[in-house]
Amino acid sequence: MTRLAWIRLAIVFAAFAVLEWLVQSGRISTHTMIPPTAMVTELWALLASGELTGDLVQTLSNVAIACLLSVTVGFATGAGVHAVPRLRRALDPFLTTYYAVPFFVFYPLLVFIFGMNNLPMIAIGFMFAVVAMIINTLNGLDKIPRVYAKVARMHQMGRLATALRVQIPAAMPNLFTGLKLSVAYSFIGVIAAEFILAPGGLGYAISFAYDNFDNETMYALMLFILVLVTAINMTLHSIEQRLLRRQGL
Amino acid sequence: MAGEIHARLSGVTRVYPAVAGNPPVHALGPIDLELRRGEFFSIVGPSGCGKSTCMDVLAGLSPPSEGEVAFEGKPVKGNVPDGVGAVFQEDASFPWLTVSDNVAFGLRRQGVDGAEIAKRVAYALGFMGLRDFAQAYPAQLSGGMRQRVCIARTLVLQPRLILLDEPFGALDAQTRLLMGDELLRLWRETGATVLLITHALDEATMLSDRIGAMSARPGRFLETIETGWPRDRDSSMLEGETFGHITGRLWQMLRAESKAAMGYGSEPGQADREAG
Repeated sequence: MTRLAWIRLAIVFAAFAVLEWLVQSGRISTHTMIPPTAMVTELWALLASGELTGDLVQTLSNVAIACLLSVTVGFATGAGVHAVPRLRRALDPFLTTYYAVPFFVFYPLLVFIFGMNNLPMIAIGFMFAVVAMIINTLNGLDKIPRVYAKVARMHQMGRLATALRVQIPAAMPNLFTGLKLSVAYSFIGVIAAEFILAPGGLGYAISFAYDNFDNETMYALMLFILVLVTAINMTLHSIEQRLLRRQGL
Repeated sequence: MAGEIHARLSGVTRVYPAVAGNPPVHALGPIDLELRRGEFFSIVGPSGCGKSTCMDVLAGLSPPSEGEVAFEGKPVKGNVPDGVGAVFQEDASFPWLTVSDNVAFGLRRQGVDGAEIAKRVAYALGFMGLRDFAQAYPAQLSGGMRQRVCIARTLVLQPRLILLDEPFGALDAQTRLLMGDELLRLWRETGATVLLITHALDEATMLSDRIGAMSARPGRFLETIETGWPRDRDSSMLEGETFGHITGRLWQMLRAESKAAMGYGSEPGQADREAG
């Protein structure tokens, strides 16, 4: 581990230690928050009992489907739009203002259309993530030096070979950033939708615990989501950094 | 210097069609050019005169609006013919591949077997002084070394015609001279025909058997100069009197053309008339 990583870890531990002290010393009421050590103990118990497995599988499946859809549809749309400059110019204002739209207002409509199942949550996760992938695909393709197209033609490469061997690798740092954001946005979309109305999932479990004044379960689940999402994003971030370093970016 | 015609442009013009309300651009010609097998030919001319367009047309990257292009007696139509390699001014090394994989890129595309690829890549890396950097990524190299990677990537394909579009344009003067020496060595050892596009008159004088001086846009050949250099030559020729004479003559031809290209008022072709 690098020195910087040790410092980051130390900051996290210090924050937990301060929180632990604030709760244990009574400066924060245990009715408001439980100590971090109690969160860990409760989380361990929940995981060991298997009580969490159903919600965990449901959330992760929905996130995975939303993410996979947003990455494939986002990449295909980005590549398609990039190939038609006039369409690109027409769509640009929509793409740049897309995240100003509060998607969750559409959630009741999605439940009405798809029913009370996983589809509305996947749809929200997808809607939240897909444009990040489109924008990053466009950015990546924009940044490919024009001379690469000449090199590909000098090597007598067709469109498919050029796309697979030259354009996609050249755009990979941006495509990977799109993937990283899609994972994060899919998590946000799916878990937030589970909070509002869902038949299950981690967001639903937290909401249920909150409604029933079950602080132990609520905080344990919050900790779990925090650790899970941070671990996934840190892994993707380190791969992204390696790609960027390799390309001198 | 007589010799077999290796590539030929006959009555070639290139007009770029009108785009977004802008009028068509007559970039090149009509020009005729005959490259002799194994010679080192350079094209010099003012900025924007169509030098690179000329190379693109010859490579099959850009179709001529009029005229015919032939390589080894066969017409060049829409595709890059086998046996033609090119190095461009911009850094065209692939940053996601190691130096070794960059050099092997074209060979893998052609389906050459692994042992042959390893042999040719090792030779090209050694030839271009990159052996110690085989596993480095382009981002870890200087601009000159990255350009050597691009030359090596072309060299391994053993092209019979090498097209160089201002390959040293982004390098400092001393590195350019050293790269010029390496290029001459490559030319001698491969026996390939070389067409160099450059704006540097001294570079063209030092490297070439013949130099075609081009007018301001639309580019036409004003004159072709034979340098008379021996095949075994290097940058030490810069000390000689002939070098200065040839470079001076080129500048005399191109001075008015360059002024015209920059909008200083001289008529294109004036220098040609004065020199003539």
